[in-house]
Amino acid sequence: MTHLLERLLGRLPIGWLQLTHNRARLYSAIAGVSFANVLVIVQLGIAGSMTTATLQQYAYFDADIMISAEDANSMTEGGNVARQRLFQALADPDITGGVSLFVSNLTWERPEGQVLLQVFGIDPNATDFLSPIMAHKVASLPLLNAAIIDRKTRGLDAEMLGGIRPHSPETFESSGKTITLVDSFLGGGGFGTDGYLFVSDQTFLNLFAKRISGAPDHILLQVARGADVGAVVSRLRKTIGDKTLRIRSYAEARAQDLAYQNTQRPTGLIFGFGVVIGILVGIVIVYQVLSTDVAAHLREYATFKAMGYGHGFFLGIVLEEAMILAIFGFAPGVIVASGLLSILNAKTGLPVAMTGETAIMVFVGTLAACALSGAIATRRLAAADPADLF
Amino acid sequence: MSGAGENAIVAKGLNHWFGTGEARKQAIFDVNLSFRRGSLTVLMGPSGSGKTTFLTLIGCLRDVMDGSVRMLGHELNGATNATNEALRRRSGFIFQAHNLHESLSAIQNVMMGLQVHGRGLDKRQSREAAAHMLGLVGLADRVDYLPGNLSGGQKQRVAVARALVGNPEVVFADEPTAALDRTSGMNVVQMLKRLGAERGTTTIMVTHDGRILELADRIITLEDGHVVRESDGVP
Ligand SMILES: Nc1ncnc2c1ncn2[C@@H]1O[C@H](COP(=O)(O)OP(=O)(O)OP(=O)(O)O)[C@@H](O)[C@H]1O
Ligand SMILES: [Mg+2]
Repeated sequence: MTHLLERLLGRLPIGWLQLTHNRARLYSAIAGVSFANVLVIVQLGIAGSMTTATLQQYAYFDADIMISAEDANSMTEGGNVARQRLFQALADPDITGGVSLFVSNLTWERPEGQVLLQVFGIDPNATDFLSPIMAHKVASLPLLNAAIIDRKTRGLDAEMLGGIRPHSPETFESSGKTITLVDSFLGGGGFGTDGYLFVSDQTFLNLFAKRISGAPDHILLQVARGADVGAVVSRLRKTIGDKTLRIRSYAEARAQDLAYQNTQRPTGLIFGFGVVIGILVGIVIVYQVLSTDVAAHLREYATFKAMGYGHGFFLGIVLEEAMILAIFGFAPGVIVASGLLSILNAKTGLPVAMTGETAIMVFVGTLAACALSGAIATRRLAAADPADLF
Repeated sequence: MSGAGENAIVAKGLNHWFGTGEARKQAIFDVNLSFRRGSLTVLMGPSGSGKTTFLTLIGCLRDVMDGSVRMLGHELNGATNATNEALRRRSGFIFQAHNLHESLSAIQNVMMGLQVHGRGLDKRQSREAAAHMLGLVGLADRVDYLPGNLSGGQKQRVAVARALVGNPEVVFADEPTAALDRTSGMNVVQMLKRLGAERGTTTIMVTHDGRILELADRIITLEDGHVVRESDGVP
């Protein structure tokens, strides 16, 4: 390693020699950097689960345009849309089809506790509007009060749910209605609810007596192949001309929901705050590690300075150390963090996970924080007379 | 050898203060001294008389506040970082405490004194030069030792080798023999004396060692920051 670095740097790898000279200090420095990594990765994982959970709902459906009420900031919030709007939209030559989507929450009272389910009601024949997996499953929904349940629903036995098939259903009661679970799918990760439930529009209206078929929560539309979604959206805004509606491309609706979750909802803000705190604490730890190291070698550096070495030389040593600490701190940090995240995932059902992107981001960030901290830590050296440092 | 004149260092009207405000205290008072190239000068004086302060001022390790120091033809008062660094490379400093780099072996420490010049020596050549220098100070069998495994005297000799390996034009030494036994102390001083004769190296040394005084071309005594005595050879 020493020889390799010597080749690489074209000088004695003083940073490396210095770090490895004092093993105890090296290990505690690496532990510090690792801890900073764990902190940031876990916070990013938690914050990222918000994104995953939000996007998950949109992934169940396949649409180009979504019409929602003005106050519908998310799938579950806001008022209804008149079904009349669907028919109006279908009159557009570029619209090839549309469907009503109903969304509501339902409580399953169990002796062990309540389970809150987010229920989607949709015409089971509208398979074009569902993701391939869901399209395949809804075939069993026409049966009244049949439902497909999210296998990863919090508070329920995943194994039991996994065993549910059309020929071996399970039933439960909610507000006096008996619901038959005929199948399950891999969902998971609602923040507002414990899991998802898919039912037919008929079943939905049966379960929620106050809801009517003429007023779904959202309208999903598909446009002709090759049609410009943006152009169709602006045309629809004009022809429908209802200022109390949000007519958006599906992608836009998803992006706006995400932005809303991250910036308007308390959970999103708290998670964002967690990330910021994590990063700040991480930077403080890394700075502490490097400035302690510089302080510990101040006399030696001062001697080099007295010999005629310039500031660039010291920066080189500290950057070398920063690089080494960032690399060696990263591996254990990633391992511990992904362990923690999978425990968190198992315990909460939240889709917390470390993505490759997060890992790269954290690594680059660590490198930058280490380098910057090191550079700042050498400033005292730059300013002082060598004679004052002995 | 660049830099005009037959003097390696000329100090004129040199004053120095430590601290600020009420605590401000003058350590050097109007010192005017010149150091001839190739000469060996000994600085003497009681503790606290300003020997180290003066040495670091003329040795380019401390900013000159008031007065003038010309070192190898360059003014140190108000000198840029680049000038300071260049002049430090042309001189060698031997400190009271050895100040070796703990994580570098003896030979690596000495090589650092060469690498600073970036003089296009390849690794093998600089290793050879460093090993030769360590041989001269009697440490041929200790080249790969870490400082932690060397005695105080051995460490000091490594520091001497480090200061001399780059063929400095001026050598500043602050009680270099304090940590050495009599024989190796004398060896080091004789080596410095020989370098002066062979290469024209100027040496300025703080010491109380009576036997070194015999080798000195000139002896300067400081008291309370003032030059109180100047004499040629043995006082
Ligand atoms: N960094 C400093 N800050 C404040 N005062 C200092 C500093 N360095 C030296 N002094 C003061 O300046 C005066 C001269 O100190 P200096 O170290 O130059 O003396 P010295 O002759 O080398 O003494 P010694 O023989 O003990 O090494 C002393 O009064 C000392 O206390
Ligand atoms: Mg002193």
